[in-house]
Amino acid sequence: MSVFSRRGYGKRTLVLEIAMIVVGLIFAFPLYILIVLSLKTPEEAAKSPLALPSSFYVQNYVDAWNQANLAPAILNSIVITVVSVITLVLFGSLAAYAIARRTSHWSGKLFALFLVGLVVPFQLALIPLYQLVRDLGLLGSYWGVIMYIVGTELPLTIFLYVGFLRAVPKDYEEAAMIDGATPVRVFRSVAFPLMRPVTGTVIILSAIGSWNTFLVPNLFLSGSGSQTIPVAVFSFVGEYVSQWNLVFAGLIIGMAPILIVYLILQRRMIQGFASGLKG
Amino acid sequence: MSSTAKSQAGATTTRRSKRSGAQVPIWFVLPALMVFAVVVLYPTVAGAYLAFTNWDGLSATKTFTGLTNFFAFLKDKNAIGSLGHQLLIAIVFPIVQNVIGLLLAVALDSKIKSRFVLRTLFFAPAVITPIIIAFLWQYIYSTNGALNSLFGAMGLGGLKRSWLGNPDLALWSIIAVVIWQFSGYAMVIYLAGLQAIPSDVFEASQMDGAGPFRNFFSITLPLLAPAMTINIILSTVMGLKLFDQVYAMTGGGPGNATQTLTGYQYVQAFTFGHFGYGTMIALILAIIVSIISAFQYRFLRRNEESAS
Repeated sequence: MSVFSRRGYGKRTLVLEIAMIVVGLIFAFPLYILIVLSLKTPEEAAKSPLALPSSFYVQNYVDAWNQANLAPAILNSIVITVVSVITLVLFGSLAAYAIARRTSHWSGKLFALFLVGLVVPFQLALIPLYQLVRDLGLLGSYWGVIMYIVGTELPLTIFLYVGFLRAVPKDYEEAAMIDGATPVRVFRSVAFPLMRPVTGTVIILSAIGSWNTFLVPNLFLSGSGSQTIPVAVFSFVGEYVSQWNLVFAGLIIGMAPILIVYLILQRRMIQGFASGLKG
Repeated sequence: MSSTAKSQAGATTTRRSKRSGAQVPIWFVLPALMVFAVVVLYPTVAGAYLAFTNWDGLSATKTFTGLTNFFAFLKDKNAIGSLGHQLLIAIVFPIVQNVIGLLLAVALDSKIKSRFVLRTLFFAPAVITPIIIAFLWQYIYSTNGALNSLFGAMGLGGLKRSWLGNPDLALWSIIAVVIWQFSGYAMVIYLAGLQAIPSDVFEASQMDGAGPFRNFFSITLPLLAPAMTINIILSTVMGLKLFDQVYAMTGGGPGNATQTLTGYQYVQAFTFGHFGYGTMIALILAIIVSIISAFQYRFLRRNEESAS
């Protein structure tokens, strides 16, 4: 047995099962509150916040959908996330391939330069970047935020790709080169397909990062028509504080897309986090 | 692979690439490097310069003021207080989160039938937008909110508190939320580490008469040392940079009781327009994060080596 048995299902396992279900229920309490409150009328929400709703008051969802402008926000979030993730995969894998495969001294230095971005808090770069984006006329547009996401997620992306490539032999790539394939061709038809597992991890981590990011999109997009979900939710809550039943319906709509993707892909997502962060 | 075999393979490789004459072209790094330079490198360097000026964001001139902003920081009670709060978060959160994450991982590395459902549940908050989590808890913690109602319903009315309104409690309430949100994250990394330990290791030790607790301390924990290194560094950096949750839950209040350095930086820069001073705060934070994570990395790596 490890600490608990990995083989049989004995008495100890049953006790553990019951204990863990209790832990799970306590852990899920906030999520339970979120769901039941979003289905109550204002009166019921105030009178009995804990009980199951007496009837499903779906009007909250209709109102939240209309008043928080969630439809465009979801669309904006999807566009920004998809474009950012595709750019990250493309730029990140190309750069990591050169860093991992070239033997010159600068490749190590370049790698270290990118890794600095993992540690230094972005607040230091925030004001100059804000000015730059403003001067380029990109405040309020997708592009400023996409640039920001790609720039700040690149260090992790390159870190993951380089780590993966260093553990993979270059035999296939060299065989292709000897056969006369151009470097672009080798990358496209040999190296990139080889990197598929880590590309999955990169997509998962950067999609969650892009979807959830708040501080910079709030500065760049707030008040514009290009607000993302976190920005729209933030201003919606500011307007309707204390109408929690309505607010919660908005929160649920806001988190639904990422949560649905999570529930469908949960195995891969959890694996992606674990394998990506083991480094 | 033995080291001789490795170096032989290396020698073949160099010979081969010399023969084919083809290297990966340098321009492959250019797209990434350009975006990184424009979005991170240039603004970081420009920010580091800005930290030594008195710029207000409006006037055309920036006057270089040397260490004035730095000394102002040292004399600014609110800034030092915010730094204290940020450090408290960065110490308490990783410790508690790792203990809980480890316990959950050990419990789910078993044959219980609910293990997959529970794993999905415990990890779920880590993918949800922090702003949304923050608003959910703002209600739960409110005076007539879910937590106080729950205590009331359980006959524990004496435990009712103003969780975010009481200056002595508010920061701890926020830390609890961050722990709730990210314990599953630590759990997932530990679980991956645990599942890499073959069962025979435990069985052999069991035959030698070791009980579950001996097993945990003499086998599981040492083998999880690399996972622990990653987890602790990640969570400490996360704690040192924490912003969204506090900004949405309390905005730093009541008073400055929950203000973090990141939040104070935001207020100084974007509410008061003290761009020079605001970036000095960010620069100080950057230096603190770099020093702490470098120190942790060296210490934990050494620990790993002595454990294995």
